[in-house]
Amino acid sequence: MAFDQLIGAGAVARVIAAWVGNVAGGSGYAFRRAFEHGIPRPLAMEDHSNFSVGLALKAAAMGVPYLPTFTGFGGDIVRDHPRIRQLADPFGGPDVLAVGALRPDVAIIHVQRADRQGNAHLWGNLGLTVEAAYAARRTIVTCEEIVPEEVIRSDPNRTVIPGFLVTAVVEEPGGALPSSVQGYWRRDFQPFLDYHRTSRTVDGLTAWLGQWVLEIPDRRTYLERLGPQARERLAVRDQRLAAAANFAP
Amino acid sequence: MSIATYTRRELMVVAAAREIRDGEVVFVGMRLPLLGFGLAKATHAPHAIGLFENGVIRDRPAEQFIYTMGDPPNIAGAIACLGLIDVMSLLQQGRVDVGFIGGAEIDPLGNLNTTRTRTRDGVVRLPGSGGAGDIASLAGRTVLIMEHEPRRFQPKVAYVTSPGHFPGRRRGGPATLITTLGVFDLQGGMFRVKTLHPGVSLQEVQAATGFALEAATNLATTQPPGDDELDFIRHADPEGFWTGDTMRS
Repeated sequence: MAFDQLIGAGAVARVIAAWVGNVAGGSGYAFRRAFEHGIPRPLAMEDHSNFSVGLALKAAAMGVPYLPTFTGFGGDIVRDHPRIRQLADPFGGPDVLAVGALRPDVAIIHVQRADRQGNAHLWGNLGLTVEAAYAARRTIVTCEEIVPEEVIRSDPNRTVIPGFLVTAVVEEPGGALPSSVQGYWRRDFQPFLDYHRTSRTVDGLTAWLGQWVLEIPDRRTYLERLGPQARERLAVRDQRLAAAANFAP
Repeated sequence: MSIATYTRRELMVVAAAREIRDGEVVFVGMRLPLLGFGLAKATHAPHAIGLFENGVIRDRPAEQFIYTMGDPPNIAGAIACLGLIDVMSLLQQGRVDVGFIGGAEIDPLGNLNTTRTRTRDGVVRLPGSGGAGDIASLAGRTVLIMEHEPRRFQPKVAYVTSPGHFPGRRRGGPATLITTLGVFDLQGGMFRVKTLHPGVSLQEVQAATGFALEAATNLATTQPPGDDELDFIRHADPEGFWTGDTMRS
């Protein structure tokens, strides 16, 4: 849905991705309009599977030109692909597919907490967060809370992004909404359904972008616009704390 | 008391769950398989392990309703929260017995298309592979889940997002297809009606399929959901979001 809004706003010339849509219902209509009809501007697409785009980021994160894989044989994604080539295995095994490195200009990562240096604690499913942060030329961390560095040092295994990789750290509670943040926010599903319905037309999308993006100067205004009932429904108040880990030397 | 009625989608969840054998490692897809995995765990496959492409590994169903695999109830109580590349690596290594995928189009070889197709009105862009192409390439076997409509069952799909059976395939391939009308055996490149859902005729299925179907000699009816299975589904999806009769596509 985030991709779809950027595309619909005319901010995207090329997408490199495995999936562009809406978790609520499938199609991203702005993506379709751009790809099928060039509205509001033509869109180039580099298709991947989740694993291949992950390996492309991982190769950049590792500082190597490509990584080999077996995913994709027999399918059309890898056919004439600008970033995937079939290679003989130098050790004599079956051929592999080499996925070329992908180095983003910038990665924006939302985490639960970070210190002022950008050392970031993140928990829950990690997806491709770590690979993206390591691969990007610049990484911006947004977080639910800026915490004292002692909090970070109390549990160094939970630091998924070391601060020296981070260009900027921003305290922005609710910065991942309408998606969830473990321990802080539940998924707000209604916006996914509403967006899916309203973005079917250019007029609907324009109205949505006005209401939820362009008229909103900052996150605080977004949270205010959600209203107190929605904020209360979405905020996680329960505690289910991990057992403490003893780091005594 | 017996629960007299059920929806087609509830029947599909039950059929999906029955494809999981006890002790297997399962790559769980989005939508109906999220429920199917939980149902299998709660009934005949208590020792199954579920891998989710966002990095989550679970050995028990989520305690509350989930829209997506990244929702907080799918994280709480997991046995591990890793990254995408970790679970895809297990898949590539051959540690996954069965994976679930869906598609917008299918052909007799079990190739699935979720990338782009062509209609009389021109090109239609679909969301893309996500993890489906990887599961299709690398799982020990795959179970496919589809809406059964003539436009979706093509002699040859317009684009092979998730490869089916092809010469030189090293592992796996489509084993079973579950649709809104029946269950099909796709092992070894066949495409054979295995069971018809209650009230569905072979003629009806053939009319909804864009290529000639073969039928098993001992063609049976799909076993309807038992009360315990429906109890589980209605507890996991209390408002029928995934399993109501309204189609979400």
